[in-house]
Amino acid sequence: MNLKGKKIRLHDMSLRDGMHSIRHQFTLQNMVDLSQALDRAGVPLIEVTHGDGISGSSVNYGFGLHTDKEYLEAVIPKLTQAKVSILMLPGIGTIEDLKMVQDLGVHTIRVATHCTEADVSEQHIKYCAKHGFDTVGFLMMSHMVTPEKILEQAKLMYGFGANCLYMTDSAGHMLPEDVKAKVTILREYFPDTIEIGFHGHHNLGMAIANSLAAIEAGATRIDGSVAGFGAGAGNTPLEVFNAVCDMYGIETGVDVSKLMDAAEDVAVPIMGDQLPRINRDALTLGYAGVYSSFLLHARRAEQKYGIPAREILLELGRRGTVGGQEDMIEDVALEMIRARG
Amino acid sequence: MAKIRCALIGPGNIGTDLLYKLKRSEVLEPVWMVGIDPTSDGLARARDMGLKTTHEGIDGLISHIEADNIQIAFDATSAYAHAETSRKLTEKGVKVIDLTPAAIGPFCVPPVNLLDHLNKGEENVNMVTCGGQATIPMVFAVSRVQPVRYGEIVATVASKSAGPGTRKNIDEFTQTTSGAIEKVGQAKKGKAIIILNPAEPPLMMRDTIHCITETEPNQDAIIESVKAMEAEVQKYVPGYRVKEGPVFDGNRVSVYVEVRGRGDYLPEYAGNLDIMTAAAARTAEMFAEQMLKA
Repeated sequence: MNLKGKKIRLHDMSLRDGMHSIRHQFTLQNMVDLSQALDRAGVPLIEVTHGDGISGSSVNYGFGLHTDKEYLEAVIPKLTQAKVSILMLPGIGTIEDLKMVQDLGVHTIRVATHCTEADVSEQHIKYCAKHGFDTVGFLMMSHMVTPEKILEQAKLMYGFGANCLYMTDSAGHMLPEDVKAKVTILREYFPDTIEIGFHGHHNLGMAIANSLAAIEAGATRIDGSVAGFGAGAGNTPLEVFNAVCDMYGIETGVDVSKLMDAAEDVAVPIMGDQLPRINRDALTLGYAGVYSSFLLHARRAEQKYGIPAREILLELGRRGTVGGQEDMIEDVALEMIRARG
Repeated sequence: MAKIRCALIGPGNIGTDLLYKLKRSEVLEPVWMVGIDPTSDGLARARDMGLKTTHEGIDGLISHIEADNIQIAFDATSAYAHAETSRKLTEKGVKVIDLTPAAIGPFCVPPVNLLDHLNKGEENVNMVTCGGQATIPMVFAVSRVQPVRYGEIVATVASKSAGPGTRKNIDEFTQTTSGAIEKVGQAKKGKAIIILNPAEPPLMMRDTIHCITETEPNQDAIIESVKAMEAEVQKYVPGYRVKEGPVFDGNRVSVYVEVRGRGDYLPEYAGNLDIMTAAAARTAEMFAEQMLKA
């Protein structure tokens, strides 16, 4: 694989996807400390929102320790070079939330839908594009459909005004060949002015290999998290991936040592013993193709109802659940208890 | 027995499904179907079912209101057109049942507040959203027992049952529903989430209702209230079922509901659309009974 000289942008997820790992309980100081360490290392883009996107704070997904606004107000003014993105899922957040962040200095808005439902993002993507945001269309659970379907849905988001299109492996289920096929079809169709991105999860231990495959196929934005903070077994571990990029001669502009320090000295102590790893349940997510943030909810159901999290997750996979259906977890656990009599 | 004569505006999926329900009613008689496209399948279908039709929109209907003695009209078009439609109809003394998200009139969730609207003689009532119809009765079932500090609902519908109108303006769903959780469900704060699931075969509409009560939940009273409310909704949506719960966890009360549609015009999985048309038909029947008595 010759990737030498490729220029990519790393996008850190630890303060958004990482919220899942800690049940959305980062303190403002945690957010400030970690974002500053990322800023110093040269990470160009950092996502800050509730794990389920703006306004995700709820019974269903878990209440955040602070509001999205409080986190953004704490983080953004202290950054020297890094820009901040937010995530929004139509059906959870609304345009009112986007108006709320208008004056906070947010640079990028990522509008995320299930990989077959891009048409629900029309009003939000149009709004972001009209107001001059770096506007990203983010297709979740991309493993569930064909490359042609991904292209069809990405075309919708492009038509609404997105300038960057993401193929997202929310379940950490994809293998490099699949990533390559899906990024390739996007890269070949859209003009060079449109960036292609990839967001991985490490549930099968494939996140780094998948991200490299994405770059080989033409992706220029790659998501990851320092110390692998993130739902399931975490996102692509960013300090590791950055070092690998350096070895391949891929230019990220991010300092290898400083990013390691951010992970080791700042991120790991915050997470303590809750640091994501590829444990049995996270591996099940990847293996069965289940939305990564179901992990801790399924473990809580296991504690409460005595049904193994793995069985609950496998059942959710069989039922074709999609991102955001956390409410199915308790429902399915109760059903399984009933079935056992 | 005499029936109250009705008009339907909007011959799409909702309007057509509603037409099937009105055809069964003992107190309502659907007379007109109003559209804007002369080649529309919905208009042709309504004609086949014996209705008078026009493709000239609301103006094509207005001049026939007196002659055909139309007393109730259903608007199943879009929020955008509703204000004008409603003005023209109420001017003629026609009661308007609004299935769009326009919400000019008060929200109506039949087992919760239909009687209030009847007593007040409202001329226009709004049917909230599909998710609202499926969940707000349960929020109210808890709040009538004890104060609810926060009510949250998650509505999951099959992708195939979410039409282009819903998709183009999904914020209207979240905002209208969360408003009605507060105003009708009587939670101090409301939040609504909608999820579209493309699984095949399409999944049945399902809804989760989470309430956080201000004080420790009175479990027995809530269980009884939820059961009674389920029976009330089943009167007009036979496929409405509490699947699990109420589940109690501290001050959280959760109810898991499934809505199987009647399968009139729309398939059974589209319980979300069925509960809208059934609630609208139920509302109209209550208005009609009141008119017939008067």
